[in-house]
Amino acid sequence: MYVLRRIGQAVLVVFIAFTATFLLMQALPGDGILARYESPDLGLTPAQIEELRVLYGADEPIWRQYLTTLGNFLTGDFGTSIQTGADVSELVVTALPATVVLAGTGFLLAVVVAVPLAGLATFGPFGWLQSLMRSVPALFVSIPAFWLAIMLIQIFSFRLGWVPVIGAEGLQALILPALTISVPISAPLAQVLIRSLDEVLDRPFVGVVRARGASEWWLLWRNVAKNALIPAITIAGVLFGELVAGAVITEEVFGRTGLGSLTVDAVGNRDIPVIQAVVVLTSIGFVVINLIIDLLYPVIDPRLRRAKA
Amino acid sequence: MIRSIWLRPSVVVSLLVIVVVASWALFPGVFASHDPLAGSPGEALQPPSGAHWFGTDATGRDLFSRVVAGSVHSLTGGAAAVTIGCVTGTTMGIVAGAVGGIVDDILMRIVDVLLAIPGLLLALSVVILLGFGTTNAAIAVGVTSVATFARLARSQVVEVRATDYVEAAFGSGGSFGSVLVRHIVPNSMAPVVALVALQFGSAILQIATLGFLGYGAPPPTPEWGLLIAEGRDYLATAWWLTTLPGAVVAAVVLATKGLSTTLRKVLG
Repeated sequence: MYVLRRIGQAVLVVFIAFTATFLLMQALPGDGILARYESPDLGLTPAQIEELRVLYGADEPIWRQYLTTLGNFLTGDFGTSIQTGADVSELVVTALPATVVLAGTGFLLAVVVAVPLAGLATFGPFGWLQSLMRSVPALFVSIPAFWLAIMLIQIFSFRLGWVPVIGAEGLQALILPALTISVPISAPLAQVLIRSLDEVLDRPFVGVVRARGASEWWLLWRNVAKNALIPAITIAGVLFGELVAGAVITEEVFGRTGLGSLTVDAVGNRDIPVIQAVVVLTSIGFVVINLIIDLLYPVIDPRLRRAKA
Repeated sequence: MIRSIWLRPSVVVSLLVIVVVASWALFPGVFASHDPLAGSPGEALQPPSGAHWFGTDATGRDLFSRVVAGSVHSLTGGAAAVTIGCVTGTTMGIVAGAVGGIVDDILMRIVDVLLAIPGLLLALSVVILLGFGTTNAAIAVGVTSVATFARLARSQVVEVRATDYVEAAFGSGGSFGSVLVRHIVPNSMAPVVALVALQFGSAILQIATLGFLGYGAPPPTPEWGLLIAEGRDYLATAWWLTTLPGAVVAAVVLATKGLSTTLRKVLG
């Protein structure tokens, strides 16, 4: 019952998101057809533009366009890009792999940074080191991502010459963008880890395990880490949003192709179908991630299973 | 206790950064050594020096003066964005929490949708709708924080509503409106104040991002994000054009975050 309600809620959110983007885009003065073909350079007569409007269905009443668009979205057809005339689904499918690789690498790097950071902040050898590590997340979220990207290019490409400015390939081309994305992701991750480590270490059972003679490492692996990792999973949705934003910025700065650069181009050209597809798809991503977390939570944490039963 | 927290070195530095940048915005003439818009071609692309603290750009404009002149755009933009987000979001949250029922359901579904769309994408969608420019960028950034304020205000109101003193106020004959205004809202707002400081920093960051992408103030406005975007063409020769304005943005954002943490501790 709970599962069905939760799924219904998720579907509703995506549906509202779709409707909202549709209405917002309708509220724009003029439409994409006019934006693309009105320019006098193209030399199209008003009659020819009208024909194009009919072809794209822009002359139909709004409710009809809404139903058509909704039906198309449900079957995976996101319409046609106003700017290039290409299939939006195809544009997205082509752009997606590069962005997934970038975001995935960035996320892994963020975990690699956040876990030792949280560890040092909690178990670090000196008080000053602990408090220093505790202030790192605030610094990481305050650095503008686009600036960080430029700084990395400046340092590693121009000063040190480790990564070529143009013509970098494969892993070499991936490392600086992934590093850029990882910084704002690692901050909330480290923050949650630090907070939950603090909370777990405060619990009475930790004292009991210590009193029984367990070593600090045993305690950390067997008892603390397991309990402290659960809260970190709940911010996966937030991290997903950060990854999307990070992809938009890094792909723009590093000149990579992907979902982010597709979005930036679409904003510049007011390519409404592309923006709508990206917004709806990311909201689906967010909702699905949170749904999975909610449903998995009782599986991971046995205490919740008992509470519900 | 309160005294000592405000005297911590990190808090003092944060306050100092904010005071300095606020005075840049209020009295740019006092701090800017040169005209931020007029260049002298003979002094193009000079590195930082005593005469030009942050160096000069490709048309010989003094970068420090441009950063000083840009502070007003970032601070007013950030303030406008937070005001929009806070007023809209807090109102939504108070109404949802106080009225409850179907109103609560509808408002919170809207909040869910706003949260489901990543902030930057939401801001970009608003920018497409309203067009480019300083004001529109501020509105776009404001929209992204509506959901956060609404959630916080609602949870606060729901919590305060359940307290004994609110029940007592109802019991002693207070009408719904008067109890809401006199007891529930004032006792719910402390965490919202801390969130305002936090969101102010994020708003400055996001406005700079929109400016960098070219959706904010048009050139030659010395907006911070735009300054960094313009410096991109001179990465190999003029490091200061991108490094120094970005460092200023990071310092300001970090300072407001630090202040927000302190506020949260003081306000409990």
